[in-house]
Amino acid sequence: MDFTFTEDQLLFQESVRDFLLNEVSTEHIRKSWETETGRDNRLWQQFAELGLTGITVPEEAGGLGMNELDFVLLARECGYVALPEPLVNAVLVAVPLLRELGGNLAAEWLPQVAAGEVKVVAGLEQNLVVEDAHVADLLLYAQGGAIYALTQDQMRLTYNESIDPSRRLFTVTIAEGVEPLLAGEAAASLIERTLNRGALACAAQALGLAQRMIDLSVVYTTDRQQFGKPIGSFQAVKHLMANVAVALEYAKAPVYRAAFALAHDKEMTSLACSHAKLVACEAAVLAAKNGIQVHGAMGYTWELDLHIFMKKAWALANTWGDAAFHKSRVADYIFSQGGAVGAGATFV
Amino acid sequence: MNLEYTAKQKAFREEIRDWLAANLPAKPLKTYDTEEGFQEHRAWEAVLHKGRWTMVTWPQELGGRGSDLIEWLIFEEEYYRAGAPKRVNMNGICLLGPTLMEYGTEEQKARILPRMATGEEIWAQAWSEPNAGSDMAAIRTKAERQGDKYIINGQKIWSTRAVWADWCFGIFRTDPNSERHHGLTFILVPLNTPGITVRPIPQLDGLPGFAEIFFDNVEVPVENRLGDEGAGWSVAMSTAGFERGLMLRAPARFQETARRLVELYQANCHRADLDPAVKDAVIRAYLDAESYCLTTYQTASRLLKGGKIGPESSTNKIFWSELDQSMCATAMSILGARAELLPHAPAAEGVGSWLDDFLFAQSGPIYAGSNEIQRNIIAERMLGMPRK
Repeated sequence: MDFTFTEDQLLFQESVRDFLLNEVSTEHIRKSWETETGRDNRLWQQFAELGLTGITVPEEAGGLGMNELDFVLLARECGYVALPEPLVNAVLVAVPLLRELGGNLAAEWLPQVAAGEVKVVAGLEQNLVVEDAHVADLLLYAQGGAIYALTQDQMRLTYNESIDPSRRLFTVTIAEGVEPLLAGEAAASLIERTLNRGALACAAQALGLAQRMIDLSVVYTTDRQQFGKPIGSFQAVKHLMANVAVALEYAKAPVYRAAFALAHDKEMTSLACSHAKLVACEAAVLAAKNGIQVHGAMGYTWELDLHIFMKKAWALANTWGDAAFHKSRVADYIFSQGGAVGAGATFV
Repeated sequence: MNLEYTAKQKAFREEIRDWLAANLPAKPLKTYDTEEGFQEHRAWEAVLHKGRWTMVTWPQELGGRGSDLIEWLIFEEEYYRAGAPKRVNMNGICLLGPTLMEYGTEEQKARILPRMATGEEIWAQAWSEPNAGSDMAAIRTKAERQGDKYIINGQKIWSTRAVWADWCFGIFRTDPNSERHHGLTFILVPLNTPGITVRPIPQLDGLPGFAEIFFDNVEVPVENRLGDEGAGWSVAMSTAGFERGLMLRAPARFQETARRLVELYQANCHRADLDPAVKDAVIRAYLDAESYCLTTYQTASRLLKGGKIGPESSTNKIFWSELDQSMCATAMSILGARAELLPHAPAAEGVGSWLDDFLFAQSGPIYAGSNEIQRNIIAERMLGMPRK
């Protein structure tokens, strides 16, 4: 029993964190809003050079052959900067699905993904819209219980504008005559695993978003003076932020456990991912609520950076399974005959 | 990261599970807030000691097992799972014990720890005073040095277990000209010393779970001092203090409450008059108890690898105390009109121990540093928000 990350994992996190803080400033994000795709190919090339696009691609296909646990801290850092690029989706959701689909498809695409030459994105009909479908060279899309592998000429995309200008969302219409790659029970199992990975992707980013909103709020309430002193010295303000810190502190271990469960294909993976998604997104949504409150009217503006992170937090809470969906999965487990609840049942 | 128990850890779990099955009292003990119940619990500590289970993290030579924190967590899981008796000497083994091991002289350790482990000496704490609660540095009870003795005068309050305990420990003002956290000294006092009056204070359930302790020229030998004279504050707030905070409330305790809540809900979920918010609250209880468990395993793992506990440990007390309060409130909501009935009332079928649990849960956000104080600590020391 060891709940710690390795030195290597922590060092990798640190270097990616430094890189992202340099390259993905809020100015960079605001500039990306003005571009047609909202995405930056130069940045994607840098990800590829750092090995990030191929983290979960097997070594024989030119990747690093790592797993969900190796990436979860990096996903948190992507959340910290509200990264618009589909890196977390690609590494944590699309590539693992591509690996599981295997065959010629995987053999053809995985090396190109690792090299940063192409982007793969995964999406579910259940999510209503697919983020970044417009920049996907290959979209792995689940619809009607079947999985499709779609190139741009095999689908029609309809843009759906989000309140978060960083999110580029599309409804997907599959072109006539395109056959699913996989259907039936085999597809159902992969779709569930994909949903779990999508939930973990949201949860890990939510940890970073919550931390960023805390950090922004601490800086703001230290600078901003009223009644002759920093507003952060007032207990009413302190306690709002302390509540976020508590929620965030207790959301971390569930997220890391979910990553471990996915990486090792544990029996309780679905439960662990739902748990992680619920508590991490709650922490991020609370960070948004209390963060905007301590920023006062400034927090309600477009010009302050806070909304970049708030909007992402709000969006992640309701995609890849909303709270109702994940709570019902937890309920199914704890209220069922076989559900192990209580002391000593956590690591079964 | 590897979230699997080792063979040794599994064997440890088997061992405590088998031992408890063979040694648990045949019927539940009376509450330790009665004299008879207190002595029953004291006797149970002796039984635990024979099995070397009073404090598994203590070294072998003191009757422990030299266990690490993961084994401690496993022990607690099996202990709560089995519904074993409450621990009457928590103040001693969990709070004072580790501080003694860090600051005590060899003579003090040899004199005190073995009798603490067997339950022969039960410890009460003597921190708060009528005017030193959340503001603990406002302590005024004096311990005046006279040769090889301290003469103690003043009053302590909210001393848990003090009514029937044998000893108390606390910090006292040894430098009369000092202020705040300076000039305080950590002293151990036998409660049968002449000049001590213990006045029981009935708690919400009417039983004397805590007491006031009056000191009237109480003479205590200087060898009862723990750490240096004037260093009482730092002894009380030592690094061990953070670990004590971790060990005070094992996750297993709340996971078992969550399990009972799931059962209570399932026995009542067919009722049409159930508050629809209850189902959500039960799911929440399960998730939060699991989060607490996972986070504690994470902290324990980090400490085992040489990590330190920092100010983030203040989140711990807020999390479990508010979880406990909300779980018990949910149980009361499910019980509805039965919630207020004492278990022996004729119409109280199925109420279990929820009323007791609910009452005690009200104290969680208050004791061991109120949650408002903890939030200040989090904001200032963990987040770095301005003190002034």
